[in-house]
Amino acid sequence: MRAFSELYEQLDSTTSINAKLAALVRYFRAAPAHDAAWAIYFLSGRRLKRVVGSATLRQWLLQESGLPEWLLEETYSTVGDLAETIALLVERDGARSPSGLSLSEWLERLLTLPAMSPAEQQLHVVQWWKELDARGCFLLNKILTGELRVGVSAGMVERALAEVTSLPRTVIAHRLMGTWQPGPKFWAFINAPAEASGDRSRPYPFCLAAPLEARPETLGAVSDWLIEWKWDGIRAQVLRRDDGTWIWSRGEELITDRFPEVVRRAAALPVNTVIDGEILAWRDGVRPFGELQQRIGRKKLTAKILEETPVQLLAYDLLELDGVDLRDRPISERRELLEQLSSRSSAGFDLSPLVVADDWDALRELRAGSRERFVEGMMLKHRDSAYGTGRQRGVWWKWKIEPYTFDGVLVYAQPGSGRRANMLTDYTFAVHDGAKLVPVAKAYSGLNDKEIARVDRWIRQNTVERFGPVRSVKPELVFEIAFEAINESGRHKSGVAVRFPRIARWREDKPAAEANTIEDLRGLLRVEPAASDAR
Amino acid sequence: MEAALITVTDKGLYCPQADFHIDPWQPVARAVITHAHGDHARSGSEQYFAAGEGAGVLRHRLGRDLPLQTLAYGEVFRIGPAVLSLHPAGHVLGSAQVRIEIDGRTWVVTGDYKRTPDPTCAPFTPVRCDVLISEATFALPCYSWPDTRDVVEEIYRWWQANREQGIASVLFAYAFGKAQRVLAELLAFSDEPVYGHGAVLPLVEEYRRAGISMLPTLPVEKTKKADYAGALIIAPPSAAGSTWMRRFGDASTGFCSGWMRIRGARRRRGYDRGFVLSDHADWPGLLQTIADSGARKVLLTHGYSDALVRYLREQGVDADALRTAYGEEE
Repeated sequence: MRAFSELYEQLDSTTSINAKLAALVRYFRAAPAHDAAWAIYFLSGRRLKRVVGSATLRQWLLQESGLPEWLLEETYSTVGDLAETIALLVERDGARSPSGLSLSEWLERLLTLPAMSPAEQQLHVVQWWKELDARGCFLLNKILTGELRVGVSAGMVERALAEVTSLPRTVIAHRLMGTWQPGPKFWAFINAPAEASGDRSRPYPFCLAAPLEARPETLGAVSDWLIEWKWDGIRAQVLRRDDGTWIWSRGEELITDRFPEVVRRAAALPVNTVIDGEILAWRDGVRPFGELQQRIGRKKLTAKILEETPVQLLAYDLLELDGVDLRDRPISERRELLEQLSSRSSAGFDLSPLVVADDWDALRELRAGSRERFVEGMMLKHRDSAYGTGRQRGVWWKWKIEPYTFDGVLVYAQPGSGRRANMLTDYTFAVHDGAKLVPVAKAYSGLNDKEIARVDRWIRQNTVERFGPVRSVKPELVFEIAFEAINESGRHKSGVAVRFPRIARWREDKPAAEANTIEDLRGLLRVEPAASDAR
Repeated sequence: MEAALITVTDKGLYCPQADFHIDPWQPVARAVITHAHGDHARSGSEQYFAAGEGAGVLRHRLGRDLPLQTLAYGEVFRIGPAVLSLHPAGHVLGSAQVRIEIDGRTWVVTGDYKRTPDPTCAPFTPVRCDVLISEATFALPCYSWPDTRDVVEEIYRWWQANREQGIASVLFAYAFGKAQRVLAELLAFSDEPVYGHGAVLPLVEEYRRAGISMLPTLPVEKTKKADYAGALIIAPPSAAGSTWMRRFGDASTGFCSGWMRIRGARRRRGYDRGFVLSDHADWPGLLQTIADSGARKVLLTHGYSDALVRYLREQGVDADALRTAYGEEE
């Protein structure tokens, strides 16, 4: 654990990309195979399924520390992180000679927990808290609760491994995709010569678009671009191999079982075909994301759900055909092959149509109708572009529609976590409902550090009541809240649920009386048919 | 009820029986000063009383011709009916607790204090009393200080690692107290000169005059840019993010403070490294001091005083919060 916790500290204590890269390279050069594999597992954002819940850890800490519960709560809300609170409060006997176990040995240890009784678990974990130094204790808790996050991007891990293995980054990126068992075998596979083929059920790294902020005219002629609708569904890669079909989400989750109808149709594809596309709820055309979300939310796919909310794959790219990797070919060529494939085996999938227009203004007009089509705008892909790894600026753009906005009144605040621990940064906003204010959205991002500090101070001076960590404040501050969609909701007091709310700006010019009303929000529902209509 | 020996007025802590203030935040007739930090020592009063060790820094801050009467630690002096004495608080050079005795009743005002060893000032000595007025800046259990030696070694290793990469290390520390403590503690690892910000160096000189050994120091202003590669520079936190920083090029930054105990606090302030080095008492230090005092009543000022009040009451100690205007900068 020593080496890994030192790596964590180094990554955590610098914002310099070069310093982070150097620390990663140093670590991977020295780490034993088994440790290196686990390190990749965590660094690439993978998490163990929660071994012990945070409520349980909190209970154990309460007993171990002997502190009154309220004081523990107050301390926790100051620290802003349970794993760290434990590391700070537990008195450890071995602080000067921390446990010599390696990362993989620790994982071996803690993976024995699920088989134990709660009492045994407590005995072991509390013992481990004392055995490790503060940093190790913090990491152990993070791993236990499935919350370990490290401040490195996937790209940085790929670059470091490319340097350590002397392999091209694209090869590394591909090898890191999908699910794998962290162990010496995986580390050997990472280090294998470039030609070595791995598990054929793994997806390719997704090619991502950058948001277009400039005017599209700056991109040159419309004819240079391949234009698609930006669907609001689940981005997925469908791999058809001789021994089956695999569907991977953009978050590298295997979702094959969730979409049997896509799997059924994919059987009609030639063996060794990989398609990139969007899975959408579909009945005589695309349905809003809310419907798809309801289907994903169900634990079991019953015949009833399959009938109520059928899905469809709309394909927009072809990454492999007859076993040939096409990713380096221009998208114009890949699109042609995709269309040919579609006419050859129309049973396999549907095509995401191209949007055709003579100029940017015509596209602008089409884009204005995005909401009626349940799309988020358009994708602009340069005709010569390859299927790159990661986010592509300059050749792949997402040209999204402007979000909805409303002016809401700040009514509740509570402390954030991590970098914002101890600062009141999680806000709840309300709109007018007659003489009352009704909460409609929670948001925390969108303010700069200076504004956060000012709002924090204001909240402390204008707190009306405290409920644990939550404070109600005088309803005075107004913020403009941006959001993507609105649906009717039986679960929210306000009767509506907004999607992806975030703070657009602080409206210091507006008194609370001029904030929006619930009627204003309900007015938007007409454009955005409710998910419940479909039922 | 017995009359309080110390009350809070709009000018500060006040003894009505003997008509003097402790660390007043407005001009008064007689001011007893616990230490020379800006929120405790303010100018304009007619007469000052302070520990002799702190005279240099106090005069540096409030003026050479300050009407100051200095006292040795433990020396007894009288103001009206009150018998007073000053006792080491271990906070910074010359810092003192104030013991006040009137008619057989004893109150102690700790001022800011710490119980961890510090080579730049006399160590804290517990004083018995009936009523204790203690600071509570870090009164939560998560604030307990690691061994100073380990922290200073960390600072030294950080400096050396930066040197290997050819970059400067800029260490932010309170210009009075913390900066000198770091310079003194680093003697265990190095004998090289350290660069000091213009706000730090005059106080370093005062410390040297008081006989405190520290690493040699050089002024930042008169140095060419190239010389900063691999150097350690000590500056007040106010210099962070200022144009003054540009001269060091690509530097690594660190901050010495008790607040750095919490990872979120460090990340929020945007320093590369946080070093847990405080001149205040930590949670165990506060509890120890309250126990050592034998006080039957404890009054707490600033910081997390509400939490400590509630905790003490639950432990059967008569405790209350006292609202003062002292800051929590560290």
